[in-house]
Amino acid sequence: MSKMATNEPARRRGPSAVGVFRAALKRDLLLAFRSKSDLVNPLIFFLMVATLFPLGVSPEPGFLALLAPGLVWVAALLATLLSMDSLFRADFEDGTLEQALLSPQPLILIVLARVLAHWIMTGLPLTLMAPLLGLMLFLPADGMGGLMLSLLLGTPTLSLIGAIGAALTVGLRKGGVLISLLVLPLYIPVLIFGSGAVQAAVTGLPLAGYLALLGAMLALGVVLAPLAIGAALRISVSG
Amino acid sequence: MAKNKTEKNWMPRWFYQLASPRWCYDITGKLLPAFSVLALLLLLGGTVWALLFAPADYQQGNSFRIIYIHVPSAILAQSCYMMMALAGAIGLIWKMKVADMVAKACAPLGASLALLALATGAIWGKPTWGSWWVWDARLTSMLILLFLYLGVMALHSAIENDSTAAQSTAVLALVGLVNIPIIKYSVEWWNTLHQPATFKLTEKPAMPAEMWLPLLVMLVGFYCFFAVSLMLRLRHEILRRERRSSWVQALVESR
Repeated sequence: MSKMATNEPARRRGPSAVGVFRAALKRDLLLAFRSKSDLVNPLIFFLMVATLFPLGVSPEPGFLALLAPGLVWVAALLATLLSMDSLFRADFEDGTLEQALLSPQPLILIVLARVLAHWIMTGLPLTLMAPLLGLMLFLPADGMGGLMLSLLLGTPTLSLIGAIGAALTVGLRKGGVLISLLVLPLYIPVLIFGSGAVQAAVTGLPLAGYLALLGAMLALGVVLAPLAIGAALRISVSG
Repeated sequence: MAKNKTEKNWMPRWFYQLASPRWCYDITGKLLPAFSVLALLLLLGGTVWALLFAPADYQQGNSFRIIYIHVPSAILAQSCYMMMALAGAIGLIWKMKVADMVAKACAPLGASLALLALATGAIWGKPTWGSWWVWDARLTSMLILLFLYLGVMALHSAIENDSTAAQSTAVLALVGLVNIPIIKYSVEWWNTLHQPATFKLTEKPAMPAEMWLPLLVMLVGFYCFFAVSLMLRLRHEILRRERRSSWVQALVESR
């Protein structure tokens, strides 16, 4: 079933860019929904990491409320990172990735569809689940809106940057730890502005500046990251 | 063909010659002694000048003299990343083997310079700020730069094929290059949000000439030293990668 979906755009002569994107996105989403554990695992991880902090640091509500913006953001960042390793792996192993590289359709679109599908399966659920973690960590109610908005704008950027790391390490047997080494330093700006937005929301300061910066990073990522991902995939597959 | 010729006109001849590992090995062999002598003289002279003749700071006393190692290594760590990314881009675009080797040689050098800058910063911070580490914007961005170097090195060592490793690390270095200004400004903003203007020490004070002249000498000396160690690493890498070619075998046999 999945194979048919892959070959479909290649068989027709010159499908439109939107058509390619839609077909690739549909296939990736279908595949992701078929393996539900991959969908749920990052969410469980997200919840578990958030549970560790009260146990490890202090269960005192006032203290946790102070840390909550950063903690939720770090947990979301790590959960995204954890799910990155498998982004291109299955496609690499069964040869789908090679077909995508050989196909006449622009690789950027296929890659962008893959990342969008990944975000729908990880970043979006994380964003929707974040208020639960906020409650567990006693984040003040004023901060919830900022938390969700900042995650909504920040997690796609995390997916885009992480995909560069995934593309660089796809052919390697020891991808897991390596990906975090490559990607974590690049995540720092998103973390700073994401948790900054939540902090601003908690203290009642205007959010717009933080959200605008997160949006700017997302715009830059959407434009530039697919180029790097495509180049990295070509290198990894041919090497 | 004609197009090729016009291209050769605006690109200097030595640029193309550098693409040949053998030519590059020869020319670095000729440059190496000059740069070694220069580096030795400048570093020795600069150190003596800085430690014995430059005036002590009126607030920090003699402890400020670590600036003569700290600042050059910090500046060099940053320009080394630029060079690594640039060499990686040249390697990606023109498929130049030598550029790949330069990029590979840059990574450990840059990492050690960043580490040196952090270590001297910590040693300097203890008497001046009272603690080894402060989450100051500059310290943090230097730490992140070190992480970027470590990532590049880790990726290089994980890929067995030399040319794939070079291309992959070049892509990573370029992604890092785009990110460095973003990281730098976000870290600066983060810092000013949390602790506004605690330390203005990191900003260059208006130093008298007796203080900054030895610093300049040390900086140039550091650059020469960097050139020497880069050339040594590059020559080693050339020999390793070209070990099957006849000129390397002849070179080894003639020794």
